[in-house]
Amino acid sequence: MLLSTTETVPGKTIREFFGVVSGSTVRAKHIGKDIMAGLKNIVGGELKGYTELLQEARQEALERMVRQAESVGANAVVNVRFSTSNITQGAAELFAYGTAVRVD
Amino acid sequence: MEPWLQIAIQLGAPIALLLVTYGIGSAVERRHFRLLRMREIRSRSMPVATIRNVPPGWEVTGSAMVTGSCVISLDYFKRFVAGLRLLFGGRIASYETLLDRARREAMLRMKERAHEAGYRAIIGVRLETSQIAPNGRQGKGTAGVEVLASGTALRLAP
Repeated sequence: MLLSTTETVPGKTIREFFGVVSGSTVRAKHIGKDIMAGLKNIVGGELKGYTELLQEARQEALERMVRQAESVGANAVVNVRFSTSNITQGAAELFAYGTAVRVD
Repeated sequence: MEPWLQIAIQLGAPIALLLVTYGIGSAVERRHFRLLRMREIRSRSMPVATIRNVPPGWEVTGSAMVTGSCVISLDYFKRFVAGLRLLFGGRIASYETLLDRARREAMLRMKERAHEAGYRAIIGVRLETSQIAPNGRQGKGTAGVEVLASGTALRLAP
């Protein structure tokens, strides 16, 4: 599956559009990581636990989007976008969406 | 216990924490900025652009989406100073540098990942900022901002 943040897949031609596909996941933070992040929060700097957590969650959202694109018969997703929203204290939704297309 | 002693202890603990975190926090920040500058110089050869089309004349042989992200937070001292700023208004320099660090770090991670995978340029770059944990209980929650950089990495014909 080819993914791209631009309107086309560079170097390829779009043959068919399948519309918007999306994938999301809602994650709560891990208590252990949260305690570490709380300590790190005092001295400042990168909260590595959170970076990894979000990366992993975003990967899952992407995979779900890709599965949806596969199910409609696409071989690429263009104009991929991410969005993050806080739904409640300590939990966030990671959302990935794009346009499923067939390229060659 | 003498009342003045109690007051001294109650005031002393936060002040000591402020001083300590001021020292550690600025050291962490200075180090981060130094590393960022070094890595930026090293990755200068890879063009990164927000344009959405491949520049004419480039022969693209492959592409992939690349991302880089970073969650970063302020130290106790700077959060305190930023809190004071909220009373008087004006620029909050500590948040400006925080976001600057997060953006540059996210961008560099994206570039480094693309470079490792053999890509030569990145187009269609977008930066997105989100507050991952809003301050709960009077600012005592773990607050942090996340910056995500995403783009389309290009493999170019030699």
